[in-house]
This record gives sequence, C-alpha cells and structure tokens, in this order.
Amino acid sequence: MNKQLTKNFAPGHGTCSGCGIPAIVRNILDVSEDPVVVVNATGCLEVTSTLYPYTAWKVPYIHNAFENAGATVSGIEAAYKVLEKKGKVKGKINFVVFGGDGSTYDIGLQALSGALERGHRFLYVAYDNQGYMNTGGQRSGATPYGANMTTTPAAKGDIGNELDRKDIMEIVAAHGVKYLAQANVFNIEDMRAKAKKAFETDGPSFLLVLQPCTNSWKFPVSDYVKVAKLAHDTNYWTLYEIENGQYKINQYISNPKPIEEFLKTQKRFKHLLLPENKKALEKIQRDVDFRLEKLKKKTGE
Amino acid sequence: MEKGATIKHDIKKASKTGTWRNVRPEIEVSGCIGCATCVKYCPDACISLRKRKKDEFIEGGKATENVAEIGYEFCKGCGVCAEVCPVKTISMKKE
Repeated sequence: MNKQLTKNFAPGHGTCSGCGIPAIVRNILDVSEDPVVVVNATGCLEVTSTLYPYTAWKVPYIHNAFENAGATVSGIEAAYKVLEKKGKVKGKINFVVFGGDGSTYDIGLQALSGALERGHRFLYVAYDNQGYMNTGGQRSGATPYGANMTTTPAAKGDIGNELDRKDIMEIVAAHGVKYLAQANVFNIEDMRAKAKKAFETDGPSFLLVLQPCTNSWKFPVSDYVKVAKLAHDTNYWTLYEIENGQYKINQYISNPKPIEEFLKTQKRFKHLLLPENKKALEKIQRDVDFRLEKLKKKTGE
Repeated sequence: MEKGATIKHDIKKASKTGTWRNVRPEIEVSGCIGCATCVKYCPDACISLRKRKKDEFIEGGKATENVAEIGYEFCKGCGVCAEVCPVKTISMKKE
C-alpha cells in the first residue's frame, strides 16, 4: 500500500478492477495543503467507497442524494464561515464535491447552478464516464452521439444515442466562475496543477475529468489510461482551462489522429465502424473539428 | 448504526479486494527504472517506491536508486500497471 496516496482515500473500496476514479480522487485530495471536507453525490464513487461497516474515506465525508451535492456543500461552507467568525474554527478548510456526470449534467445541475450563483468557496470535481454506470449503463446528458447504451441500444439500424453530449463547461462558465478546467485522467500532472489552481481560487471552481469506464464503454480492464490518452490524441477531449473568462488550451495536438482510433477501442461504438454507418462516423469527426475550432476562436489565437 | 451515524475509517474492516485477482502483476526489478508511472495510475494505490537492494543491480542495466514494489493485499489484478509501464518490466502471471 502506498502511504502517501492513501493518506485521504484508502483501498478496500469496491470500484471495478481497472477503474480510474480512485486515481482522480487520490491525486486531487493529495494536492490540497489544507484539511478537506468531501461531499459526494450518489454515483459509482459513493456506492463503492462506503460499503457498511467500512469506509474508505479518512477525511470528513458526507454522502447526499443525486440532486443536492451543490446545496450540501453550500451549507457546509456557510457553517464554516459562521464558526470561523465566532473563532470556533481556525485555518483554511477546502471543500470538495465529487460527482459523476449523472449528478453534474443531469440530476444535480440545479443545485450546482445555485451554489455557483451564490459564490461559495468550493471545488466541484465531475468525473465524467459518460453515463449512469453503477446502475447498468443508462444514457446521461454526457453520453456522446452514437454510443450503444442500455437505454439507447444500437440494433436494427439504430445508431444508439441520437443526442449530442451537452457542453457542461459552457454552462458552468456562464455563471461567471473564476476558474474551471477540463482535465483527463491520463494526464495526472496536468490534473494536479489544475486542482492546485482551483484550491487557490476564492469562490467556486469546477473541474471536469474524463474517466473511461471499463464496464460500460466495454474495453479490457487494463486499458483505461490508453483509452483516455486516445481521447486526447484525437482531440475528442481537449485539455483547456478558463481563468477569469480567459480561455487557454493547455496542450495542442499537432497531428491529431482520426476519431476512429478512439472509437474502435470501445465496443459501445462497434456498430459505427460498419459500412452503413459511415455518415454517422463522418458526423462525429465533423463535431470534433467544430468543437476544437470554436474553442480556438475563444482563446483568441 | 453507530451513534451520530458517523463511521470511522478502519482498515481492518476493509474487504480484501486482493481476492478478486486471477492474474497477478510481477515486477522484474532489474529492469525497473523507478519512474513511478505505475504508482500514480494504480486504482488501489498498491504500488510504492522503495530503495533498490545491492544484489538487484544488473550489469548494463539502468541502476536507478528506486524501484517499484507491489503490495498484493488489495491488488485486483487489473493489469493497468503492466500496460502503462514504459519499459515493460511488469508482467501479468496467472494466479
């Protein structure tokens, strides 16, 4: 057991073999120099880390329902402010929310929006595995076009999920948040640097981390880093940050690979590689290029 | 339910996820360059760095100061370490 990395989050949790979520949690908590309080919305991380009577968390931790992680962290932060004023708590405490894409894009969006609007000081980390994975792989607002999920099966000529992934970064940015960033689990150094900046922000901050799901994206358990890297190399998941309204792309890809390279590693996209679905494949490539161009314009470069 | 509904972390109560494993990662220490790539990606934080022992030096090999060491108590045998190892010195062996 690695002592430094298990300082805040211990093993003995039941995440699937080859899941990247624990690496995200450990590295983000490891960055914080001050004590942390963790709020966790329902999701893979919650159900696997808190199997009664065991808890993998060594830091103060509160679990709440899918929809109110934002509201819970607001209350905790407000209570901290009052206690600090009365002199009952000393020193800075960081507040971190971990939520999946289900609790960020869909169910918890309203509470998150409220918390961002009120300007509480907390970091919201969304690990994005593009669906409701702990309940069997239903489609969420983060599921990309063409994915074969249990609620959007690709059969009898259907393409799978017919809707596009929603741009949560833009939704959060519209609240005037001072720091938000898109990170990827394969680039842990970049993720740690972003978490550090987020902890230093006075006010809400947001971190969206891509987390390939071995179970529902359907790839071998040893490959989460490889798949995440391909998402980066094909420009499917660009690493960028928005600091005080300024967009910045952290890493440019000079020779991006075609999107097929990323899609063919996962069985959820298997049907897209059939000759009759060529148009869908072209659409996905077009969308990737379009999103990157849009982002480049915003950086002003 | 415990009073106040708070539960304290106690590693003794943890389920030994090492029992999930059907393949185990093994490090060929003489080839390890101590880069710690496997350390940061391991989902169960099973891998740590330790000082290289004197008899683990090999001629012509890269004799770095540290090498990786795997603890098997919680290792689920996913094989991420073997996949990310830049010098391919970790191999998966059947249990």
